Amino acid sequence: MITHKYRNYVMEETMMSETYETLVGILKDLHEDVDFETCETLIDDKILDSFDIITVITEISNEFDVAIPADKIIPENFNSAKALAALIESLEED
Amino acid sequence: MLFTDSAFIIGLVVLCVTYFLIPKKFRWMLLLAASVLFYAYSGLSNLLYIAATTVSTYFVTRKLDAMAGARKEYLAAHKSEMKREEKKAYKEAANKRRFRLLVGLLVLNFGILAVIKYGAFAMRNMNALAGLFGNDNAFPIPQFLLPMGISFYTFQTMGYAIDVYREKYPHEKNIAKLGLFVSFFPQLIQGPISRYDELSEPLYAGNGFQPRRVLFGTQRILWGYCKKMILADRILPAVTVLISDPEQYYGVYAFLGILYYMLQLYADFTGGIDITIGIGQVLGIPLAENFERPFFSKNITEYWRRWHITLNTWFKDYLFYPLSVCKPMLNLSKWSREKLGKTIGKYVPVYVATIAVWFLTGLWHGAAWNFIVWGLMNAVVILISERMTPLYEKFHAKYKWSNTRAYDGFQAVRTTLLMGCLRMFDCYRDVPMTFKMFSSMFTSFNFHVLWDGSLMKLSLTGWDYMILLIGTGILLTASLLGRRGSVRKMVLDRSPVLSCVLTVAMFLAVLIFGAYGIGYDSSQFIYNQF
Repeated sequence: MITHKYRNYVMEETMMSETYETLVGILKDLHEDVDFETCETLIDDKILDSFDIITVITEISNEFDVAIPADKIIPENFNSAKALAALIESLEED
Repeated sequence: MLFTDSAFIIGLVVLCVTYFLIPKKFRWMLLLAASVLFYAYSGLSNLLYIAATTVSTYFVTRKLDAMAGARKEYLAAHKSEMKREEKKAYKEAANKRRFRLLVGLLVLNFGILAVIKYGAFAMRNMNALAGLFGNDNAFPIPQFLLPMGISFYTFQTMGYAIDVYREKYPHEKNIAKLGLFVSFFPQLIQGPISRYDELSEPLYAGNGFQPRRVLFGTQRILWGYCKKMILADRILPAVTVLISDPEQYYGVYAFLGILYYMLQLYADFTGGIDITIGIGQVLGIPLAENFERPFFSKNITEYWRRWHITLNTWFKDYLFYPLSVCKPMLNLSKWSREKLGKTIGKYVPVYVATIAVWFLTGLWHGAAWNFIVWGLMNAVVILISERMTPLYEKFHAKYKWSNTRAYDGFQAVRTTLLMGCLRMFDCYRDVPMTFKMFSSMFTSFNFHVLWDGSLMKLSLTGWDYMILLIGTGILLTASLLGRRGSVRKMVLDRSPVLSCVLTVAMFLAVLIFGAYGIGYDSSQFIYNQF
């Protein structure tokens, strides 16, 4: 079971990574006016819609060679750049 | 059986009273018995179809869970001795077996739906094709009676099976309880399409009697009957007249037909859903909302987020996302990127999946080309609107007046009219005729029909128009008030007496202003045909 504390720790680590930097670049290409480094409600506040999500997944597949499965498309994974970067890294490790 | 049948209303009252009188542990059984009875009333043979869906889903999801359990046990037992690659290969092989089983279930159930609902349509098209080669009527046209709610319960049940496959939750161990989830009677007419993790707990719990909840539920039911019987059924004859004779009713009539049909469809569908959700609320079973004031939408994408929400989220979760992110689609994107450029490659999955989803959404609404064209036209408008988004953003940034309430209103009217035009495919059920009637609105200027008494010859009297106008006004006011929260709660908080008066007023309104009369037969709910 992943605790919140551990999850936050992983996300803090993730923020430093190259994955995170590249991901923020991909997101900025979609919505340049959004501060992806601080925003944690990308889905809840409807900043990213379903089209954006698929475009981001396509870009991630191209940049990182990681396929995000449909069952991972949940608000928890897409609400912030940090959470999404953590998902990419966990899929890379699998 | 319709919600408007007296047998249904009497049965519902008896059910609700009995539900709260019997011990809690038997309450879900009562609901199951009521659901089976309700379904059997529509035709005993129909029970076979819903039973086939329940039984096949039960055994397959049980096996899916068992396979997932065995996989986890094996991996835990061999944790130390297996290398990472070996674990990965084992997981993939195990998931592949589970996936094949799931596909078998989906093929069986969507296959039943396809044969019954689309068999005749497919054969007619095959015959048309064979006719081109001089082989007329080569294929026999199958004749099946469409079991009530088959599209709704099939989608709901397959959504549950996919979630079990994805290990979102374990399968339902009691087949009778699964049967209740599949067949819960208020949803069978026209949805909403519920999710197992949201519905199962209150459905099986046997909820206690809460006067406030029962009052709100009753008010919601009555509000639904008001919409259905005062507005939808009253305007139905005029819609029928307008679309049944396009040679006579074109130009301004076609435009009026759009407005009348939009009102009929909205009042009919949301009225039915209000009754469904209200029944759930009386019984303490919250059902998913299916509408969120769709006619206040600023664009068509937003409209589809607020109209028939549960069907659209079903398509999004179980078709749009899986199709967009599947390996062949990502490979197609990479290929397009190399051959056609970065921008096109980036959007290929979105475009292909959107067109596929809307093709199927059209097909879901009916086995006819007009529905398919309607679905594809929606896809085209959505994709154009999506590509235009940067332009809209620049426009709103440059012109401040475009950020006012008045402009929001203009956008809402524009979206409503655009959706109305698309609904013409649904109305006329004939693609060339729809285009002809659409163009007639811009070429035939028969405005005189608005004041020369012609409107009184559309099976509507002045009394009918007055009721429709007042009713639509009340509907709009309730929608506007509803933006700030539950109107029923606001009224009750202000005055319990007023709340009771409102309940009685709605009841009397249905009795007095509902569309009745000698030979009158309350019409079928539109979405029940789907």
